[in-house]
Amino acid sequence: MLCDVCQKNEATVYLTQIVEGKMQKVNLCESCAKDKGVSDPTGFAMADLLLGLGATEQIEHGQPAQKCAVCGFTQVDFKKTGRLGCSACYDTFADGLTSLLKGMHKGLKHSGKMPEKLSQHFAITDRIKVLAGELKKVVKEEKYEEAAQIRDAMQKLETKLQK
Amino acid sequence: MNFDDIMAQPGQWLQGDGPHDKIVVSSRIRFARNLRERPFPGWAKKAERLKILSEVQNEVAAIPAMADGYSAPLQDLTALQKQIFVERHLVSREHASKGAGSAVAISPDQQLSIMMNEEDHLRMQSLLPGLQLREAYKINNAADIFLEDRLPYAFHPELGYLTACPTNVGTGMRASAMVHLPGLVLAEQINQIVNSVGKIGLAVRGLYGEGTEALGNLFQVSNQTTLGETEEEIINRLVKVIEQVIEHEQNSRQVLLERRANMLLDQIGRAYGVLRHARAIASKEALNHLSVMKLGADLDIFPEKAQLPLDELFITTQPAHLQLGVKKEKLNPEERDTLRADLVRAKIRKIPQPNIAKVTSAKKSNPKKKAK
Repeated sequence: MLCDVCQKNEATVYLTQIVEGKMQKVNLCESCAKDKGVSDPTGFAMADLLLGLGATEQIEHGQPAQKCAVCGFTQVDFKKTGRLGCSACYDTFADGLTSLLKGMHKGLKHSGKMPEKLSQHFAITDRIKVLAGELKKVVKEEKYEEAAQIRDAMQKLETKLQK
Repeated sequence: MNFDDIMAQPGQWLQGDGPHDKIVVSSRIRFARNLRERPFPGWAKKAERLKILSEVQNEVAAIPAMADGYSAPLQDLTALQKQIFVERHLVSREHASKGAGSAVAISPDQQLSIMMNEEDHLRMQSLLPGLQLREAYKINNAADIFLEDRLPYAFHPELGYLTACPTNVGTGMRASAMVHLPGLVLAEQINQIVNSVGKIGLAVRGLYGEGTEALGNLFQVSNQTTLGETEEEIINRLVKVIEQVIEHEQNSRQVLLERRANMLLDQIGRAYGVLRHARAIASKEALNHLSVMKLGADLDIFPEKAQLPLDELFITTQPAHLQLGVKKEKLNPEERDTLRADLVRAKIRKIPQPNIAKVTSAKKSNPKKKAK
């Protein structure tokens, strides 16, 4: 069996992980295993993180490494440190992070408090979404007077957002 | 406020009273916060770290609770001073290893401390005596509300507060209580408790947090997960578990009194004897004996007034606190052990011998009050 990373050498390190009840297997050659920190027990947790970040799929598809546009952070850096580079990294590496977070936390959606200003902001954007749905409905039913009213209300909210 | 002012007071969490303070030494709430789209401290270059610090520092100083407080960039602190803060649980071990680009601010009552550019741009923590997680949350939350208006926090509508380590994302909150469990340790039930607490998603750690040993029968219980639950849910869950741990500890103390009184008295007597007469004692040994003596004071085997000096010794016998009291450059371990024994003897001398009658009478007067 060839190494999943380099596809050149014979794989001698077989890593099996169970994430969310699903088994993931990775086969590595000695030098790649060392590279990924799999061979030393202290680096093992980092390897978990690496695999959690969807690195296995990446390796399979041979994609170039993703890089955070804001801070220049890469997956390799994450593998080394187990920390992210900046808040924008959460969007940059969103795909891989989701499975990682799933294994770490109770849920994937924040339900706690938020900064007051933002909570007002989100309340408005939520309201606009609801109104947009209503608008569609009344237009379909050809209730144009109501539609105009809803549109006005939405515009008011939009200007509030821009302030 | 300067360093000496901080040193002059042991901090409210040590001195003050709180609910269940015989078993729950202190409660702590910590928030991790970051600035939007700015590199986290571990990834930022030094110039960027300094820039972030300068932006954050003024706002932190303006927090009402920080008025007349203590604040210092870490490069202005000596290694000894940093270690003192670690021993007082005001600064994390990780933060103490930082230099230029990082800072710490401490409120005058030492209830609130804020680390700037630790692993996250802001780590704010409040520390109170006894089981007071909800009260500690209020203190931290007030500071957080003050800062959120003035600093562009990194907040994501789905993921909540964004942190350098994905394990903290969401609420960014770690709630923890330091519990003193000599009864469960003596009754050899502590592992069961540690395991069952671990199974329900809470962590049990040693005295100085992650990766540290449980010294002096002190354990930290904290939440492991930060995403998917509200702050209130996390705290409620933790409080519930801690209340159960308290009950188990009380039960095992009662069982020890009733069924293994001789072993208990032997342990307490030995602890007293060692601390009363030792001429050299290592930190670990001192802490373990102090813990057993503290148990003795909880059980009225030592008088009520012995509590505070014992609690203070938990802190003042730590290496940095010992070093601070002497003029000499750096004590070697043997000198430190001698000094520690001197300090301990001076305090323990004032505490009378264990009152054995308390245990035997407790045994007789409480024959029916069996532990579950």
